[in-house]
Amino acid sequence: MHIADGILSAPVAGTAALLAAGGVAVGLRRLDADDVPRVGVLAALFFVASLIHVPMGVSSAHLLLSGLVGLLLGWAAFPALAVALLLQAILFHFGGIVSLGANVLNMALPAVVCYYLFGRRLSRATSPGAAFALGTAGGVLGVLGAGLMMSLSLLFSGRAFLGAAVAVLTAHVPVMVVEGIVTGFVASYVARVRPELLRGRMRGV
Amino acid sequence: MEIFGTPRDSLVSRLDPRSRVVAAFAYAIVMSFCRSPGALSVGFALAVALVVAARLSPPKLLSRLVLLNAVFILLGASVALSLPGEVVWQIGPASFTREGLYRAMVILLRANAIVLCVAALLGTMEASRLGFALDRLGLPSSLTHVILFMVRYIEVIHQEYHRLRNAMRLRAFRPRCNRHTLRAFGHLIGLLLVRTLDRSERILAAMKCRGFCGRFYILQEQRLSSHDAVFGWLFACALGSVIVLEVLCARL
Repeated sequence: MHIADGILSAPVAGTAALLAAGGVAVGLRRLDADDVPRVGVLAALFFVASLIHVPMGVSSAHLLLSGLVGLLLGWAAFPALAVALLLQAILFHFGGIVSLGANVLNMALPAVVCYYLFGRRLSRATSPGAAFALGTAGGVLGVLGAGLMMSLSLLFSGRAFLGAAVAVLTAHVPVMVVEGIVTGFVASYVARVRPELLRGRMRGV
Repeated sequence: MEIFGTPRDSLVSRLDPRSRVVAAFAYAIVMSFCRSPGALSVGFALAVALVVAARLSPPKLLSRLVLLNAVFILLGASVALSLPGEVVWQIGPASFTREGLYRAMVILLRANAIVLCVAALLGTMEASRLGFALDRLGLPSSLTHVILFMVRYIEVIHQEYHRLRNAMRLRAFRPRCNRHTLRAFGHLIGLLLVRTLDRSERILAAMKCRGFCGRFYILQEQRLSSHDAVFGWLFACALGSVIVLEVLCARL
């Protein structure tokens, strides 16, 4: 799911890092001091949820949850995903430190789009059914966007990555379906159990 | 929270976290520009020297490298297949070109070298010390606060997750590829989310009760020592020679 160090060309990694830094800056500016613990624990949840594997045929896929993070956090998805991916890169060597910017941008940008398309509507959703639909849409878009952006960043690094880019996109399709349904169930569960959590108590965003 | 167990006392562990962070990023950035075999092998040797200096446990490091290289080799193979040029190796319809194989080798060497360096310099560090180091290096304090909260609560949420998974196992839940599994996982994450957000409210309230005003006071005094200075000079020289080699090879 993540691009390791040494694969992207230096200009692509550099541009992505600058854009990601911009996104993190916007996210932090919109953050109230009181929101910091919330963003931190959600980043921790994102980190832990990537350990959940869903069996699919002979292999399995782990959940990404970037769509869910985007639905709940909006622009704050940038700092949340940035710190979680930094720690994953250092502890597990998933991703890398030079490609960190690209990985953050690839996941957080679709997450922010999810927020504007579905997240704000989700915060007004009245029924669990509506929450399920919006959650599914957010989960699908989060993974689809991440897969597209990842393939694009490989392609920008050189024509030689065409095969890899196609493979990446294909691998994202089953994950997209699983992630969409799971995110939908998460949203409908929260809408039923604790609807006020979806109302968004983030002050800044 | 470090993958290689409690850091052993080593030449690397005695360094200030800040110099380790700066060195790791400098190394990774320089290496991402390298394409020539000479510069890449010197850089790789430098990474191996750091791993030895950090006294990483070889079995753990090797098992991790094997896992990562499975992905790198797949990627390298797809690159080697898609570059046009002189065909040197033909298996059925797949033809590996000289240019493609060279490019794949560059990627493999570069990716492994950076992984080794990051494992040696940063993988041996406690995650909270990394947060403090980034704070001292001038990252916005709200970002380092997010890091510190995340590091603190990963373990807590992980335990909660295991408790819930055990409860599911007791009720004979087995993940399969069906609707029931997806619903169960959705509810599991939903419950984790509800508890996590409740926890964040309690943390905030508790911190406010103790007079939190948006600042963490770091009690651990960190000073750059002569050890850091020696390391800094040696590392700069080694990295400098990598750059010189790369520039020379590019000219030739």
